[in-house]
Amino acid sequence: MTELAIQTRGLSKRFGDLVAVNSLDLDIPRGQIYGFLGPNGSGKTTAIRMLCGLLTPSAGDISVLGMQIPHDAEKLRLRIGYMTQKFSLYDDLTVSENMRFMANIYGLGKSAGRDRVDELLNRYSLQPMRDRLAHDMSGGQRQRLALAIATLHRPDLLILDEPTSAVDPENRRDFWEKLFDLIDEGTTVLVSTHYMDEAERCHQLAVLETGYLRQSGPPQQLMDDLAGRVLEVNGPDLRNVKDRVLQIPDVQSAAQQGLHLRVLFAASGPRGDAAIISLKDTLTSAELTITEGKPSLEDVFVACTNGENHS
Amino acid sequence: MSALQRMGAVAAKELRQLSRDRVTFGMVVMIPLIQLLMFGFAINTMVRNIPVGVVDLSDSAAARVITEQVRVTQVVEIVDQYNTPAEAEEAIVAGRIRAALVLPRDLPQRLAGGATAGQWMVDGSDTVVGSALLGLRNMPLQLTAGTPQGAYTQPAPSFEIALFFNPERRSEVNIVPGLTAIILTMTMILFTSVALVREHERGNMELLITTPIRPLELMLGKLLPYVFVGLIQISIILGLGRLVFNVPFQGATVDLVIVTLAFIGASLSLGLMISTIAKTQMEAMQMTIFILLPSILLSGFMFPYDAMPRLAQYIAEVLPATHFMRLIRGVYLRGAHADQMLTDLLWLLAFTAIMLTIATKRFHKSLD
Repeated sequence: MTELAIQTRGLSKRFGDLVAVNSLDLDIPRGQIYGFLGPNGSGKTTAIRMLCGLLTPSAGDISVLGMQIPHDAEKLRLRIGYMTQKFSLYDDLTVSENMRFMANIYGLGKSAGRDRVDELLNRYSLQPMRDRLAHDMSGGQRQRLALAIATLHRPDLLILDEPTSAVDPENRRDFWEKLFDLIDEGTTVLVSTHYMDEAERCHQLAVLETGYLRQSGPPQQLMDDLAGRVLEVNGPDLRNVKDRVLQIPDVQSAAQQGLHLRVLFAASGPRGDAAIISLKDTLTSAELTITEGKPSLEDVFVACTNGENHS
Repeated sequence: MSALQRMGAVAAKELRQLSRDRVTFGMVVMIPLIQLLMFGFAINTMVRNIPVGVVDLSDSAAARVITEQVRVTQVVEIVDQYNTPAEAEEAIVAGRIRAALVLPRDLPQRLAGGATAGQWMVDGSDTVVGSALLGLRNMPLQLTAGTPQGAYTQPAPSFEIALFFNPERRSEVNIVPGLTAIILTMTMILFTSVALVREHERGNMELLITTPIRPLELMLGKLLPYVFVGLIQISIILGLGRLVFNVPFQGATVDLVIVTLAFIGASLSLGLMISTIAKTQMEAMQMTIFILLPSILLSGFMFPYDAMPRLAQYIAEVLPATHFMRLIRGVYLRGAHADQMLTDLLWLLAFTAIMLTIATKRFHKSLD
């Protein structure tokens, strides 16, 4: 048994001229929640589909739970649970019908299947709506059903593609609590998201952009690496200030957050006090106060994606 | 064991979805019902009551007798009288009548001399109407009311004909069993051709292919419920055909079930094959119609197979409906046993196997 749940080397996928995933090297450890953070079109779904054996890579090697993909894809099916981005259960079947169907597909025995379905109905609070059609459920309830079914056969690895995009914050919180319960039982979870607050909950994170892996590591470490590059400007007329700040070559991006302006300096630029001095030189107004800010995951995201979406 | 369990799970799921889909469920019963009544009553190859006109230039008693005798054949219905042949021709062009009987000025002399009495002007654009009127060409005429029966002698026919199986020559007898082939082709292919495409469109397939299910298990599981649907439909058609149209069943039930199952299998697997090619449900339906039209026109349902040109026969030979048309008419009307018509039966079974193989090979558990 390897220490890693997933390992890829040089993983690439091309669709015609478009390179959706570009030479991805991943090392995803067991027993953790590993996150793919990236905007739409960054290659998260394509990478996930290749890891599940649904898409054949154009180049590169994949090893999932010690199996070579796509060669061993069929053997892998029994050991992974997959939750698609779009709800993919049957709208015209009830909750328990959907679960029993999948239990049969996974070859759970008759009584074992019934017990497992019952257990999951309780665990994911679906018992009261067991006879309701999937079509009539709310986003959060559908998500719980999809998770329950992805874990029916007790997979070692759970792959979730943007699982909470249609779910309100409270349900999202509950959903993540369920994921940590699964981690506690020894499952490995790979989850893709474009929400910063979700990414922050992961043990480790890979930031993807236009098919490239830009950064990877524990969220806290990624944020710490940015220390000194984030400044906050307080004062009046911040829209105007922002334009002037962006003239400074060392500034990578500037974005207003409520009453202050967050300025991110490029990695090659000055840090900490030196950065404050550089900013003060440009903004001579006495009404403005400049302090060092605490880097957030959004700053990490902006720093490694050139801030294309935020400046 | 788990293969059977997976197949059963798919079949049970399919049946449950079918029972909740009111439109499809209604189609299962309504299509055979409506089509049977429509075709059964409407299609009639025994032509009667063709609207015709008479142009009587002789104004003689003989002309009136001839007109009356033409009327009582019931082949035609005399709807109008015209003064000149030109007027009658105009009425034919306008479509008011399909033919006109022209009785010339010298009719009494012609009759006395034994010459041809008159002329039928016929709209030949409809061949069925045309040939019905051609039948009137040799109709015997009884000219004067006073002629004793013995004096008039009809020449003896060259042959005597023994009509088997349908002595009254009722077209329903031919149409009702044939209709089962058409309706099963329509519904069986339609239901399964959308089967896989629908799961792709609704996104179910992405989840399904990450499960351990094998392509053949999925295919067979999807087919199974529709076998019963097909059997229900054929029972409706043949049962009603017997009740409403009095079409007699000459064969054995076991033969009927064997040939029907073979045809249902062939149609369903053809539908599945379409389902692996089509990208949307719309495309699947268009391809179904592409199969359905030749099945109606070439299978022998509308026109006799033997009368078709060689090329059309080759095409017809490929269609499962052609073989079933022979089988069902054989079993149902002539009381044939399945083993007497083995070629057609084996052909249907081979077709099923080939289509299932292609469908299974074409279906990949990936999104590439």
